[in-house]
Amino acid sequence: MAGLRFDLRDSPPGSAALRREVRAFLAEQGRNWTPEVRGRSWMGFDRDFTRAVGARGWIGMTWPKRYGGHERSAMERYVVLEEMLAAGAPVGAHWIGDRQSGPLLLRFGTEAQRMRVLPAIARGEAAFCIGLSEPDSGSDLASLRTRAERVPGGWRLNGRKIWTSFAHLCDWMIALVRTSPAEKDGPRHAGLSQFLVDLRLSGISIRPIRELTGEEGFNEVTFDDVLLPEDALIGREGEGWAQATSELAFERSGPDRILSSYPLLAATAEVAPDPVPIGRMVARLVTLRAMSLSVAGMLQDGQSPAREAALVKDLGNSFEQSVPERVRDLLDVHNGPEELRRLHAYVTQVAPTFSLRGGTREILRGIIARELGLR
Amino acid sequence: MAMHEDDPGAMLAEQVGRLLAERADAASLRAVERGEWPAAIWDALEALGLPLTLVPEAMGGAGLGWRAAGPVFVALGHHGAPAPMGETVVAAALLSAAGIAPPAGPIAIARDGADCVPWGRHARHLALCEGDTVALVDAAALQWCHGTNIAREPRDRITGTGAPLAEGYLPARFGVEAGLLGVALLRACLMAGALAAVLDLAVDYANTRKQFGRPIGRFQAIQQQLAAFAGEAAAAQVAAANACRAADRHGLGGAAFEIGCAKIVAGEAAGAGAAIAHQVFAAIGFTEEHVLHHLTRRLWSWREEAGTERFWAARVGREVQALGGAALWPFLTARDDQDPMP
Repeated sequence: MAGLRFDLRDSPPGSAALRREVRAFLAEQGRNWTPEVRGRSWMGFDRDFTRAVGARGWIGMTWPKRYGGHERSAMERYVVLEEMLAAGAPVGAHWIGDRQSGPLLLRFGTEAQRMRVLPAIARGEAAFCIGLSEPDSGSDLASLRTRAERVPGGWRLNGRKIWTSFAHLCDWMIALVRTSPAEKDGPRHAGLSQFLVDLRLSGISIRPIRELTGEEGFNEVTFDDVLLPEDALIGREGEGWAQATSELAFERSGPDRILSSYPLLAATAEVAPDPVPIGRMVARLVTLRAMSLSVAGMLQDGQSPAREAALVKDLGNSFEQSVPERVRDLLDVHNGPEELRRLHAYVTQVAPTFSLRGGTREILRGIIARELGLR
Repeated sequence: MAMHEDDPGAMLAEQVGRLLAERADAASLRAVERGEWPAAIWDALEALGLPLTLVPEAMGGAGLGWRAAGPVFVALGHHGAPAPMGETVVAAALLSAAGIAPPAGPIAIARDGADCVPWGRHARHLALCEGDTVALVDAAALQWCHGTNIAREPRDRITGTGAPLAEGYLPARFGVEAGLLGVALLRACLMAGALAAVLDLAVDYANTRKQFGRPIGRFQAIQQQLAAFAGEAAAAQVAAANACRAADRHGLGGAAFEIGCAKIVAGEAAGAGAAIAHQVFAAIGFTEEHVLHHLTRRLWSWREEAGTERFWAARVGREVQALGGAALWPFLTARDDQDPMP
């Protein structure tokens, strides 16, 4: 089947003990989490919780110690992440920094950039958001128009980012912007660069956008003649596209693409009158975990399984989205226990985002189709 | 192709794949469906020593595990399993585990609760599984009533019994339904192989069949469908491999959970994948002369055998429901953590 391979990986030695530690921590921390908090999962933002996670050494786990990391394996990190998600922990304040901003800076950042932010991320004190989408650039990211121009002493940034989760609560954004116009017949993604943007700078205005749940999660971020220092550039000018896409395998294959509905599944298993749909969901979950761990293993070995990651995300998102629908088939949720009712109500509302965030289903399937040799 | 000195399963699977690519084709499957014995294919596969794959070295076997046998089953499934080699490998594993030296030639598996015996009429011997016992029976001493599944593979009923040549007990690791578990695991692997083959066929066809002036594979509607198929096919393969690993770690009996999950996921993938393939091939795929249906009818048959998705989902579901919601996650993770449970 084309070049896609998923060799099984074992959980790392010592996993059981690590899981016990994380579970004890979560049992303590999570005593008062409402069904909505658990349903929100990694889209829940809680600075106090994130600082507590940082204090336990569970942010930046794989990073070098000199940057505040803990030099543990990618597979150990995977164990911690999936424990957090299974419990519905509100990990949003460190999720992006740990998952992609930190690793990006480790790979492409200057020593000064790393020292400035990595230890703070690892302590749970620096929160990051992702500056990719723009009002006219969604899946067609190469069309983005926010631009940075060289000026004496740095860069001048103008334009708008949108759907930026938690920008109103974050400290930093890594923004992909245009630094030179695309050449007429050249590649459309040429001329893009990445910047480390301190969200407190003047000229930045952040407008929260109310979501369909009634909450404020994502934002419109406007840059109006924002002056960025010289060293805000990440990596090389014009290499932004390659840098940003190199992170996609990390972003797309993790347990966050499988477990978004897990708390709802667990609550349903408890009371479902028919074991058959539960068995089908559990079988899918068991398989998806094995696939996701397989990609984590490839990443740990230094491979770039971008296409495998796209496949796991697509399959995982479909599973996550199927859970609230299957639950309705199993029981009359409105007559069920309150915890289940509220979880179901919340997950039903946010489920559409599962196959949008981090690459839409259609984009992912396009990537898989290309791997199959179509197009 | 890479070398596989450290991976005997991959090496064996590559040999099987090469051999079947040379000797088995749609005509072989048609012959099987007419009720003929695939003598040449069987002889070539047997000459590779496959029946001894799971037989311990002390009994003259290769002493390999399920994780090595899995890719061999997948390779057989890729070509529509044109001979009962998978069944024979499983039967030999059970017989040898019960202390019975597996005889040469095809061995079919009969188990309590199953109403028919795959390939029964062609088998030289029968491994009769009941609870934790296995008996070796001379197939020629039995009366057979011929039947088929919808792939027109032989699925025969035993109408008279014969005295067993030998009987033995399975070790505890095999549990009390080793026949069912072994065949379910085999079917899951065969489906994973057949799905990969059907996907390849569908992609090739989409790249060559032209409509509206271009290959239909250039249309996003087709690409999206085949990408979804690829996801299902990959899931089936991983689920089957995961079950093989569990069978090595926990014994066949201890791996019932993963084997059930694999049979569910492969069965779901079989339904979804066959449907997409037929949609891509359209009318030509519905014809007798086209190769597609030999594989899709096997997918539809194999998902029915050794427990349907519904059968296994009821078991898996009941098992996790008995634990309760809070214990579900610790249970799932403990299944593949290598350290002992607290």
